Amino acid sequence: MSDAAPPPEPRPASDPEAMPSMAARLDLYQRAGGVITPVLTALFAFFVGGLVVLFTTGKNPIDTYKAIFNGTGLNWFFPWVRGQERFTAALNLQQTLIITTTLIFVGLAVAFAFRCGMFNIGGQGQYIAGMIAASQVGVAMPDLPHVPHIVLAAGAGALAGALWAGIAGILKATVGAHEVISTIMLNWTALWIGSYLVGFQGPLQDPAQESVPVTKQISQGAKLDVFWGDPILQGLHIGFFAAIGCLILFWVVLNRTTLGFEVRAVGFNPEAARYSGISVGRNYFLAMAISGAFAGLAGGVDLLGWLFRVDLTSVQVASQVAFIGIAVALLGRNTAVGIFFSALLFGALLNGTSTRNLDPTIFAPELASNLTLIIQGLVVLFVGADLLILYLWRARLKLRRKRPEAVTGA
Amino acid sequence: MHPRVEPGLALGIASILLGLIAFWVALPPLTTRTAAVPIAIGLAGLGAGLWSWRHGYTRLGWSGVCIAIIGLLGGLLATNAAVGNLEVVITWSALFAATLRFATPLTFAAIGGLFSERSGVVNIGLEGMMLMGAFFGVYGADKTGSWVLGILIGMLAGAALALVHAAFSIHLRSDQIVSGTAINFLALGITGYVYIDTYGNEGTPGDLPQVPDVHLDWLARIPPEGLGSFLERTFGQLNLLVWLALATVVLAWIIVFKTAVGLRIRAVGEHPRAADTVGISVYATRYAAVVVSGALAAMGGVYLSLGFVHSFTENMTAGRGFIALAALIFGKWHPFGALGAALLFGFASAVAPRLENVEGWATYGTLFQALPYVLTLIAVAGVIGRSIPPAAIGRPYEKQ
Repeated sequence: MSDAAPPPEPRPASDPEAMPSMAARLDLYQRAGGVITPVLTALFAFFVGGLVVLFTTGKNPIDTYKAIFNGTGLNWFFPWVRGQERFTAALNLQQTLIITTTLIFVGLAVAFAFRCGMFNIGGQGQYIAGMIAASQVGVAMPDLPHVPHIVLAAGAGALAGALWAGIAGILKATVGAHEVISTIMLNWTALWIGSYLVGFQGPLQDPAQESVPVTKQISQGAKLDVFWGDPILQGLHIGFFAAIGCLILFWVVLNRTTLGFEVRAVGFNPEAARYSGISVGRNYFLAMAISGAFAGLAGGVDLLGWLFRVDLTSVQVASQVAFIGIAVALLGRNTAVGIFFSALLFGALLNGTSTRNLDPTIFAPELASNLTLIIQGLVVLFVGADLLILYLWRARLKLRRKRPEAVTGA
Repeated sequence: MHPRVEPGLALGIASILLGLIAFWVALPPLTTRTAAVPIAIGLAGLGAGLWSWRHGYTRLGWSGVCIAIIGLLGGLLATNAAVGNLEVVITWSALFAATLRFATPLTFAAIGGLFSERSGVVNIGLEGMMLMGAFFGVYGADKTGSWVLGILIGMLAGAALALVHAAFSIHLRSDQIVSGTAINFLALGITGYVYIDTYGNEGTPGDLPQVPDVHLDWLARIPPEGLGSFLERTFGQLNLLVWLALATVVLAWIIVFKTAVGLRIRAVGEHPRAADTVGISVYATRYAAVVVSGALAAMGGVYLSLGFVHSFTENMTAGRGFIALAALIFGKWHPFGALGAALLFGFASAVAPRLENVEGWATYGTLFQALPYVLTLIAVAGVIGRSIPPAAIGRPYEKQ
């Protein structure tokens, strides 16, 4: 933060008066920081989080982080972890990967809209829409064979998410309503409509239990198969592979199709895209709908994988997981590989700080989940800072320039 | 001139007609007794009016909107008329008072957003700054035992968070929307963390110092019998902060449009390069504007916790910062426009819980909670394009 800012740097899209579009900035980040800046950002955020722990509770932040790490189950990868410890680690890792699955989907949702220059913070609403739609298909057709049932239910979730996000897309394309405000309003609208639908005397509430605000459980055939762990203990379901598949799909659509090309062109510079004959409005709508489909899938897969029924808590609280998609996408630089790793990071963090996994004598889980929010905020804050990244870029260039000198000097 | 009827013109006329019909159905000879009918017709008129407004028929559209709202309210009033006039007066005064109460946090935050956005910095972080005010207002009032200090501490907390947003979006040239989103996460984390750390699971204490209400008993003595008691019930028992919000609107109008400081703020938001050339410090102006916006948004939060519900719960602002932002856009970045929009959204919030009491509607309970958000969505969709933001909004400024 110094006024003696560096002299005008080689800045891509360098007209200083023109606002580089969001996608153009992201491109800059990619070239400038590579993989180093996101890693540094995450480390810095964890460092600040550690300071918070130290100053507010006086507890050793390293112990706290160690406890959180052990709760994530990532120690399963260490070959020296054996016996009972290894068994617990496997259970924990399954939970981490279940959350990672959700985060990959919601991260993809944010990232896809981002690549079109839009900021979809309506993941929560789309998640709720997807969850409820999938549950209805899961309940409605008990006689359907297993595979078509899963596909149909998940597809319904994706479609519902796409439609819900499509409202924001249409508004952006036709009247230019800013997607940030419209998606936030759609979040709250979905939250209350969802609460009404599954709540007391709501049309989707299970008539068999009038005192509980919950929908009927989906039929056995609509549940996703568990491939690692015990289905009764909430093992890892095949939605994980669907998420990986969507990561690949995301990459292919963006980089190898006309649609992806147009979406990225609009994201870089809508005016230039319009001038070259691309329908900007159409792409806004499509990008938003596809983005919503990912978020809807997150809700659908969560429902078919482990929720099995929609209750008030899942509508009002569990759906907030979609907001983490923002941090996942930004930290992952909106690329498929990046999203995978940042989803894993946040999935581990969420699972490690959950009430089930974190030893309350070391650190209160209620505090830890707020710590996660702070870390998340810091990540988003620092990932978005142009100048910090430019400084890092310059430092990297300097290092590169110095190295040959050092060699010749030696 | 036009070979066929313009849709905007037709819809504008339709909205006026619908507004009239909404009122008329409740009167003799039809005397509809279900509130749903005038509400439905009135809302249809409202939509038609907004649409016509968007299609260039500004004045006609606006008239349609106003007539539709008046028709809706008149119709509602008339459907209840049989219940007895006094009761209606009480209900309506309570509704108007509730509208003012719900509009207050939105007004504070929208005026805060006005300063920031007029100086060219988008402030998506209003929500988070409000939340900081809501918590630290309670925290400060609890620890010091004084609501005045509570308000100040709350505002300070909001301003501090705004300073972070300012530093990132002005000096570090972050994307302002991304930075604002980060601010919202941070506020959620910080308030949640300190809240749990301080108050555990027991919640904030019940004996918090409260911001006093302003009692205007003399309003009841205003001549015509019904009017006096109506005024007293509407305006006579409002919280001090409600009046402060209204004063803030006037003050903001004077500062932004009638003083040199305001001219500087607007210049920096419209054409920073030109402002810089004539010697205005773009960075300093923007910093000041963003910090003021944080303090004002926090004031809205303080009202919410200390002045309204007298406690703090996690994420209690529930999207109000974003509604305030929408109010600002709907109000065309003008203090009085923002106030008007805040009142409209406040009315939706005030009316929502009351709709549950309409006969046979109790089962829809929570559905009505979506009303303010839906209305905001419609309003924003209807007004954009007609509402022109400051020219340099969202652009980081680079000194040369």
